[in-house]
Amino acid sequence: MKRNISVLLILALGAACIGCGSKEGSSVAGSTASGSAVEGSSEAGSAAEESSAAGSTAEGSVAGNTEGSDAEAASAQDVMTYEEYMAADLDSQVTVETYVQAKQSWWEDKATVYSQDENGAYFLYNMACSQEDYEKLTPGTKIRVNGYKSEWSGEIEITDAVFEIIDGNFIAEAKDVTEYLGKDELNDFQNQFVSFKGLTVEAAGKDDEGQDVAFLYNWDGSGQDGDDLYFNVSNESGDTFTFTVESYLCDNTTDVYAAVKELKIGDKIDLEGFMYWYEGPNPHITSVTPAE
Amino acid sequence: MRKKRGSSIWRRLSAVFAVCSLGLLTGCHGRKEEPQAFAIPGQFDDSRKYEITFWAKNDTNKTQTAIYEQAIADFEELYPNITVNLRLYTDYGKIYNDVITNIATDTTPNVCITYPDHIATYVTGDNRVVPLEGLFADEKYGLGGSEVRFEAPGADGIIPQFLEECSFGGHYYAVPYMRSTEACYINKTYVEKLGYTVPDVLTWDFIWEVSEAAMVQDGEGNFKVNGQKVLIPFIYKSTDNMMIQMLKQKDAGYSTERGEMLLFNDTTREILYTVAGHATSRAFSTFKISGYPANFLNAGQCLFAVDSTAGATWMGTDAPLTDISEDKIVQFETAVRPVPQFDADDPRMISQGPSVCIFNKEDSQEVLASWLFVQYLLSSKVQIAYSETEGYVPVTLTAQRSPEYQDYLARGGEDNTTHYDIKIQAARLLLDNVDHTFVTPVFNGSASLRDAAGQLVEDTVKSSRRGEGIDEAYMEKLYSDVMSLYRLDQIGGQDSLSSGKADLGPLPRTASALLLALTITWFLMIAYVVYKTMKTRKDY
Repeated sequence: MKRNISVLLILALGAACIGCGSKEGSSVAGSTASGSAVEGSSEAGSAAEESSAAGSTAEGSVAGNTEGSDAEAASAQDVMTYEEYMAADLDSQVTVETYVQAKQSWWEDKATVYSQDENGAYFLYNMACSQEDYEKLTPGTKIRVNGYKSEWSGEIEITDAVFEIIDGNFIAEAKDVTEYLGKDELNDFQNQFVSFKGLTVEAAGKDDEGQDVAFLYNWDGSGQDGDDLYFNVSNESGDTFTFTVESYLCDNTTDVYAAVKELKIGDKIDLEGFMYWYEGPNPHITSVTPAE
Repeated sequence: MRKKRGSSIWRRLSAVFAVCSLGLLTGCHGRKEEPQAFAIPGQFDDSRKYEITFWAKNDTNKTQTAIYEQAIADFEELYPNITVNLRLYTDYGKIYNDVITNIATDTTPNVCITYPDHIATYVTGDNRVVPLEGLFADEKYGLGGSEVRFEAPGADGIIPQFLEECSFGGHYYAVPYMRSTEACYINKTYVEKLGYTVPDVLTWDFIWEVSEAAMVQDGEGNFKVNGQKVLIPFIYKSTDNMMIQMLKQKDAGYSTERGEMLLFNDTTREILYTVAGHATSRAFSTFKISGYPANFLNAGQCLFAVDSTAGATWMGTDAPLTDISEDKIVQFETAVRPVPQFDADDPRMISQGPSVCIFNKEDSQEVLASWLFVQYLLSSKVQIAYSETEGYVPVTLTAQRSPEYQDYLARGGEDNTTHYDIKIQAARLLLDNVDHTFVTPVFNGSASLRDAAGQLVEDTVKSSRRGEGIDEAYMEKLYSDVMSLYRLDQIGGQDSLSSGKADLGPLPRTASALLLALTITWFLMIAYVVYKTMKTRKDY
């Protein structure tokens, strides 16, 4: 009897070990599989790797360590001319060398920047950028940018980009595009630093008392000081256009923000800014002065 | 114009990062001690002046701004000793960010419109957000209290489902202000042109099939259905909601009340593969990648636009609000339906919308003044007026049942402003489906998990459009990257991230055999001991 019980206990112990071992084994196998899959994917095909470089870096998951990887990624492709960039398909990977003209915002290791070279302009949306690097992006700084050509509501831009600073400096002159207002050709100047001459301030809307006003906080007047400013101007043909002081680009401490708040209906003004696009032309104005 | 891509800029502040920031900023700014727990004063001292700040969110809508301003003016007339300073936001994420910054410097607003997910982060600091259950029940100043100077809803006057959405951690940390859900706004004309009939309840199969059918182009590259070179048949505004609702409809894991994060599971992966297929064909895209669904819908460049019911005034040929020029708007018939479902007989849709919380202050009288204002936001006058600005519904029974509101609903289509048909259809959609709505569990980190859910979709769509291979290796890396990006591995335990606490199914055979063997062994051992004992006694 004792022998039988001993044998049974040994069998039970064996079963217990098998049971535990099996459970443990599956756990280990699972974690190993998971681990190797993760490792595998990080070394996986070039497509996944490109996604890693452009995607996760752009999202700021490796914040503060962008320079080295950016340099590699930004050099990974042949540099395109502006014409080649414009001819490239949407969602294709692009590399350009361009010059910072203005910085719109930085947040969580992502920068939004207006840039331009002698041939055309590039809007760099949420580009991976440490705060330290952001400080280096002064107007004129030359950068090599690698990202994806994208379109958001008509705005052609480079997204999920990384960059490196390279030698060179260029500040674009404002291109007078007054004659193109209301014409399709204006699209050819998308994102460029442009100027408009001799426009007349029109009513942007009405205040609470029903009086015409020269500007609105937000497009419909729903905002407050610090929000975007919207104002209307007309050209010699009498056509009216809506311009914006984008508060991320020029906040309520800037001269242009103050100048627009001082506008009066009927004022003749010259303007400078960037030819942003949102379902049509939507210039982001950086300077307003009395017409010369 | 709603061109701000605010969500993408501001909403990525993860809860963990936020909490860490709180700690750091505390050190930097020499923050004051955390306030004592709020105790309701026995009497509101109206001999004193109070100045309270109210951070409010509007949908870039002047009428909503005007309603806030009117509500404040009316309230100040009732309580001349209370001044309410309004600060307007158009993005919940920016409010969240600013609140976190201001918690650290002890400069929070008194009253703030926010999401419960965000409040879960705010309450990380003790006594920062006032629990409201005591105030609800206070005889004098509670809901419908005897000393309240206006007609406020009673304790049972707030729609219970909506109120429960503000309860977590054993407390009510907010009251609902408005409620909405998501709706699918459909170009019915084009759907029928393709030979389909819009069903009462859309299914995912239907929406994918029609979307692919719409992608046929002529020899010149124009899409046959609209005659244009641009068409994205299906656009989703909030992809976090998309993923959350799809998982809920499939009874798959997302998160638990205990804060376990179950998002990264096999069902999610299946969904992402489906999304990838339709993103590759360009039949599907998102707001963050392409633009506002309404703009594409109204230009005849989209057949199915999913957006909040609170975005209804932008939807349709005759929409009172538009971002595109008149010459781009095409004529079509708009249909409004609940979001697509996996089971048309058991529809499930998210409940969302602004809630209001109160931040604690050293002066309990100031907190009480804040509470009185919050109650005023629940009064029928404010509730009805604000709900009529968009496809919102009031959160109180009093407002919903009022003749004024019922009249408003009945007059849908009378004009294209106050009674814009699509807007009222959107509101009715929620009113008719309150029992089919759900919310996700609220915990410290739930805001990050929500962002992660959307990020999975966004990244998959982007990668698909870019021709990247969407395979198992991609999915593994995507999961890993998104967990890391939102620091979810730091928020949840290992088990929660690997869904280890989910339903594990039946015991494996080996485990059953083990338990059986152990039971038999113990039985035999006990039997042997009993046998030996009895034998010993017998021998004696």
